Amino acid sequence: MLKIFTWLADGLVFSLLGLSPQSKWGDALHFFIEDTTKIYFLLAVMIYGIALLRASLKVEWVRDFLARRHRLTGYVMGAVLGAVTPFCSCSSIPLFLGFCSAGIPLGVTLAFLLTSPLINEVAVIMLLELLGWKLTLAYIFVGLMTGMLGGALLDLLKAERWLVPEVAKVYAAAAQAQSKTTEPTLNTRLSWRERHEFAKSELFEIFERVWKWVLIGVGLGAGLHGFVPAGFFEDYLGAGQWWSVPAAVVLGIPLYSNATGVIPVMKSLLLKGMPIGTTLAFCMSTVAASFPEFILLKQVMQFKLLAWVFGFLLLAFSLIGWILNLWGPVLLK
Amino acid sequence: MKTIYVLGSGCAKCQKTAEMIASEIKNLGVEAVVEKDTSMDSLLKYQVMSTPAVVIDGKLVHSGGLPRREQILDWLKA
Repeated sequence: MLKIFTWLADGLVFSLLGLSPQSKWGDALHFFIEDTTKIYFLLAVMIYGIALLRASLKVEWVRDFLARRHRLTGYVMGAVLGAVTPFCSCSSIPLFLGFCSAGIPLGVTLAFLLTSPLINEVAVIMLLELLGWKLTLAYIFVGLMTGMLGGALLDLLKAERWLVPEVAKVYAAAAQAQSKTTEPTLNTRLSWRERHEFAKSELFEIFERVWKWVLIGVGLGAGLHGFVPAGFFEDYLGAGQWWSVPAAVVLGIPLYSNATGVIPVMKSLLLKGMPIGTTLAFCMSTVAASFPEFILLKQVMQFKLLAWVFGFLLLAFSLIGWILNLWGPVLLK
Repeated sequence: MKTIYVLGSGCAKCQKTAEMIASEIKNLGVEAVVEKDTSMDSLLKYQVMSTPAVVIDGKLVHSGGLPRREQILDWLKA
């Protein structure tokens, strides 16, 4: 069914504009038109569809649910819920405070916050479409693992001593208090009308946020696709050079993007021979380790805690990169 | 005289929410003031987990996302 977008690009670029499929401009423009139209279409359909299903999932429910879990299940559920709960990074602070004052272990909250930017429906749709299901599964798996292990590690380090004093006080008080919440129930009895209203507003909201990232990402990807010679990265950044992975991770930090912008670039990097582990490490670092997010979190965390989180992410992404460079080629059909 | 606070740490939507309320106050000519509140204490006090949130005379009336125009009118007329 999605062939229609290839035909559309064929028609526009080769027939209407008369560019040759062999020319650089023709190739790049074709890539750009095919991928932007296809991604916009898929996003519109999928965001609406997924939003209908999860209309009843609210952060308040997540808080009550996590507050009643054992620490270990908490890490797993924190990461999983971080992936599926609709949540914008501008709400990081109220969410963080809400979780802390509900007595949720800090590591569980961090598992939620670390996974949230890495995995979301938009990223998954784009990975599936551009890079295939095996790589998508691998991405989801390592994303969840990053969140869970990061949360567990920070609890082992007793990271709560590095909260800012006001928040530390709230956290300690909540840990003392016997939790008296009852098992939360999801309000799944929303009418279809309410679900439709929610899905519609989600669609507009997410689209408003990501449409330009798609253009930028696919634009960059198309440029790489048309103008960088095949095998370029293989020659310069081959899997043999161990340092290429941490270098890609460090390079990704100042580049702030969300998953929507970076996935089309990934596709081109891979096509040009960049090793899979290096590419994924770069992508995750761009998405999860960003300065704007860290500046926000500075309100609730002391520098030391931020540095630990940051250091953990860098190490985790490098490890992921190295491991995938070793056995990753099987993931790309 | 109503005192309306918009809670949230300076996100674009918090700004927009405050502006929407201010313009409806003007339209209706009711006695009310709207102010932004970016403090963490208020978020904790009202247990707000998604911003923007709206507090009127010490009561939380809205949380998460832009309010609809009808909602704002209801708050102001009540």
